[in-house]
Amino acid sequence: MRTEKFDVAAMPQVSPDWAWGGADGSGVRVAVLDSGVDGGHPLIPGLERSVQVVTGPEGAAQVADCEPGDVAGHGTACAGLISSIAPAVAITSVRVLNDGRQGTGAALLAGLGWAIDEGYDLINMSLSTAKPAFCLALHELADRAYFRRCALVASAHNMPVRSFPWLFSSVISVASHDEPDPWAYYYNAAPPVDFYARGVKVRVAWPGGAQILSSGNSFATPHITGISALILSKHPGLTPFQLKTILYLAATNVRRDNGGHHDTP
Amino acid sequence: MTPPDSDVTERSLLQSIVEVARSVFGAAAASVFLLDAQRGELVFEAAAGDGSDDLVGTRFPSHVGLAGWVVMSGQSLIVDDVSEVPQFASDIAESTGYVPRSIVAAPLIRHGECVGVLEVLDRGTRDRGELDDVDIVGMLATEATLGLELLVRLRSLTTDMQSEPSQAGGLDLTILRRITERLPAADEQTASMVMRLLAVADELLTGADDGRRGFG
Repeated sequence: MRTEKFDVAAMPQVSPDWAWGGADGSGVRVAVLDSGVDGGHPLIPGLERSVQVVTGPEGAAQVADCEPGDVAGHGTACAGLISSIAPAVAITSVRVLNDGRQGTGAALLAGLGWAIDEGYDLINMSLSTAKPAFCLALHELADRAYFRRCALVASAHNMPVRSFPWLFSSVISVASHDEPDPWAYYYNAAPPVDFYARGVKVRVAWPGGAQILSSGNSFATPHITGISALILSKHPGLTPFQLKTILYLAATNVRRDNGGHHDTP
Repeated sequence: MTPPDSDVTERSLLQSIVEVARSVFGAAAASVFLLDAQRGELVFEAAAGDGSDDLVGTRFPSHVGLAGWVVMSGQSLIVDDVSEVPQFASDIAESTGYVPRSIVAAPLIRHGECVGVLEVLDRGTRDRGELDDVDIVGMLATEATLGLELLVRLRSLTTDMQSEPSQAGGLDLTILRRITERLPAADEQTASMVMRLLAVADELLTGADDGRRGFG
């Protein structure tokens, strides 16, 4: 366990209660870049919009409206977790994942670029690409989002594989801790992962109205997206830098009421 | 069903990796799938344990079930109560003939692309937590990826040899392969004559080699 005392700028007023107490996510718009979302699931309180990346007439990837549905269930699981934390948040499903028949990199870039231009406050990315060819374009999109008050929340990879965009410092990257509390999350003083959130034995939505118990960084990420939505709901207009700072100050291992130590689990 | 290349080193390597994966997790079964991206299917390439008979070579859609999640998201995942979700369980039963309670799955990533999936079914009771399980399956996935790449490379070589005339300095050498294939079935007199002709050919080539060396 790494312990690192934080006593540079004590801000005891930034507690979880100050950060998101009483908030429900209303007024905040989240895009879920994933396999789609089953809009009729009991754990999904209705989608603002549902779009997918399609191949345009000249072969280029473009975004088009579609029926709310999920080809695999992964996006439904993520959207359900965001709603469980921030029930009034407006969720748009951006389907960028397919059945593996096409490379996902181009669709990912098109979907991400669209969501940034559409002005979403938060983009949940429980996915990554390991293709170096997409690294530069993804990096530029991540920077564009950062400068447009659009926070990207991305899953860290839990394998010895170099992937993106979670490695970029402009995104909020998330890995898993194994505690059951959905509100507990830890600041990580050892980069590149920013935060550890609940990602083990999480009950998640499964298409067709069912639920399953699943583990993975994919499910830790929507917890931080949900908490971020609450913070933005209570403190509108924060930049990604300010949001990340508040997440840091209110983290379970940083906040003053817990002694202010960075105890990384 | 025994795969046609069951005795080659490449397949034995992949098989040994799934045996190790099964043993490390004390699991009921472990498998490696190759992603056939053109057809949108996953193909069993190696399987160890319960229900593994006759699986190698069988296919199922690559967007179904936990393997589908893994292919799409590129992330390792665990599901702990598979049998509680009837649709999930029946998808798996259809593809494996065995319904597990839990699955650990990791993507096989090579040159930035997902090329397959490693799955471990029904881990045994042990002291490790889920986070350690994900780390270990990630390491085994790296080995499985390399094993899979070797097998695919071997197949590609074999296909090339079968589909194109063998070339050596612009000459069509398929005649040599045909002779090798048909010689064992020839009668004694024909076989003897063919061997004498081949010996003459060999002497001619030896002479040509010596001649070239002489000019060197």
